[in-house]
Amino acid sequence: MVQMLKEPNTASAQAAVVLREVSCYFGSVKAVDGVSLEILPGEFFSMLGPSGSGKTTCLRLIGGFEQPTSGQIVLFGQDASRLPPYARDVNTVFQDYALFPHMNVRDNVAYALMVRGVPRPERHRRAEEMLELVKLAGFGDRRPGQLSGGQRQRVALARALINRPRLLLLDEPLGALDLKLREEMQIELKALQRQLGITFIYVTHDQGEALSMSDRVAVFNQGRIEQLDTPKQLYEYPQTEFVARFVGSANVLEGRLLGLEGGRYALRPERIAIRPGSQNGPNCLSGILLDIHYLGAQTRYEVQVGEERLTAVTSSEEQGLQIGSAVTLSWERGSLRPLREAV
Amino acid sequence: MTLRRRLSDALYLRPWLLLSLLLIPPLLWLGIIYLGSLFNLMLYSFYSLNDFTGQVEYRFSLSAFRQLFSSPANVDIVVRTTLMALVVTLACIGIGFPIAYYIAFYTKGNARTFWYLMVLLPLWSSYLIKVYAWRLILAGEGVVSWFFNALGLGWLLQGILSVPVIGGPSLSNSYLGMFLVFTYVWLPYMILPIIAALERVPRSLIQASSDLGARPGQTFRKIIWPLVIPGVAAGSIFTFSLTLGDYIIPQVVGQPGFFIGQMVYVQQGTAGNLPLAAAFSVVPVVIIAVYLLIMRRLGAFNAL
Repeated sequence: MVQMLKEPNTASAQAAVVLREVSCYFGSVKAVDGVSLEILPGEFFSMLGPSGSGKTTCLRLIGGFEQPTSGQIVLFGQDASRLPPYARDVNTVFQDYALFPHMNVRDNVAYALMVRGVPRPERHRRAEEMLELVKLAGFGDRRPGQLSGGQRQRVALARALINRPRLLLLDEPLGALDLKLREEMQIELKALQRQLGITFIYVTHDQGEALSMSDRVAVFNQGRIEQLDTPKQLYEYPQTEFVARFVGSANVLEGRLLGLEGGRYALRPERIAIRPGSQNGPNCLSGILLDIHYLGAQTRYEVQVGEERLTAVTSSEEQGLQIGSAVTLSWERGSLRPLREAV
Repeated sequence: MTLRRRLSDALYLRPWLLLSLLLIPPLLWLGIIYLGSLFNLMLYSFYSLNDFTGQVEYRFSLSAFRQLFSSPANVDIVVRTTLMALVVTLACIGIGFPIAYYIAFYTKGNARTFWYLMVLLPLWSSYLIKVYAWRLILAGEGVVSWFFNALGLGWLLQGILSVPVIGGPSLSNSYLGMFLVFTYVWLPYMILPIIAALERVPRSLIQASSDLGARPGQTFRKIIWPLVIPGVAAGSIFTFSLTLGDYIIPQVVGQPGFFIGQMVYVQQGTAGNLPLAAAFSVVPVVIIAVYLLIMRRLGAFNAL
């Protein structure tokens, strides 16, 4: 009954989700402002952005909890713009889990079956199966209040998956967990998604989470998508300053400073080499070393170059550098990424 | 170190000392004035009245309860009062729930303050004034019957008033009128706890239910109602016990038949039969206790 998943099939005829020029205004606030995107069946798709960027509203539009002000939402070929949540083949894992406090774990998980009138024995059997899937076998009689955060998260997941939805929405599901547990759950979520072959739409403000789990990532800013790409493209070829700075960290440099044509360029800190002494030339700049941060696996340097403050990261600590003395930063020509102006 | 500093330190380092200083006066008040008198009342219901001397005999006896339940008139009073309390409570739930639902889920900011005020406003005026005002409103020449006549619906009011038991010569002289006044007077006590309970229901639970395929009616039955029952129970304890114990409204509006509260009033005042009055006032306490047990058995307090 568990299907093995193929890689997301770009050639498949029907997209899981299509948004066409979707906007959602709350009064004068443009929470989502003309977003168009296409999500493929079986894809792990992330919506990444700072709070207030519209990513959660976009998810809630797909779930049916908000109505679009304009635009069209198509789910599996069907126009769903005006469908209520209970009429959509979509389930959601909520940020606060939203477990029903007056029901035990089994009844929580079986809720979707109960409202469809599935008889009790089958309900319980399938709930038990789901609990096994999320490694909570034997927890059926507990109350949500008796579970830890991580366990509640799994119950919410089991509850959302029991109907085998074609699309699962996850609204910052790991936000309330501590770091260690979050990393474990990331791996499990990804494995579960592969195993079930369900399309996941994952909302997060944690760029590391988005990069490590997703097939594709949409970066949101001020209600719009700044860039939609694979994690690798997003990191290697950020198109706007916002994306360059939000996904990983970046030095954004004026072309003038580099002796290039106008415009701005992104340069990743780990692409910069640092050495003592002052030397100017192509693909290098000299400046004053302001600070050294030892981070264990990496060392980070803050360097003042003219008006700009640049960051360089090396995997081992460079010798012979002194705070306050002159240093030279250099990079390969190809590491500079031209940015376009923000939309 | 100054005395004030030393006192502050002593209280800070010994939280129990501060707590007991704060709690002892109210606990004494609650224990002696409230529970003590209630206990004393219970005790009196197990004494008896000497018919010849008219004095209370301080020996254990069930004669007060025997007197209460052996007289059909007294049983009538208990049944009549309980039925009225039940119907008033149901009406308060029926009217109060939609209002509370609206206030809790659809208003915010100033609008919510306004609606709170509208619910609370009737409580600012004297209960007696409201009851007497209602007597005039419901009277045969009052505004209600005038209104019915003006609409050409006088026959309808007459028809309703001719129904046995609930009817009477006019609304102010019928159980229907009494029911209306009770419902009006106790309604805020039902609305407020329901609002409080609804406000505690996270909106995400309702969305989750809908997300999992439940239609609005199902969400209401399976999620909202079970979570709000403690509030409804709290409200109905108010409306139920206030109706059971009231002795003004049945005197001012309605039929001549006595209610429990009036009986207590008469027995301990005019008749001087303190044990019987005590036995009568034990009845509502027992009814409420049974009611709470039933609610608990039904799982009403599971979500607390």
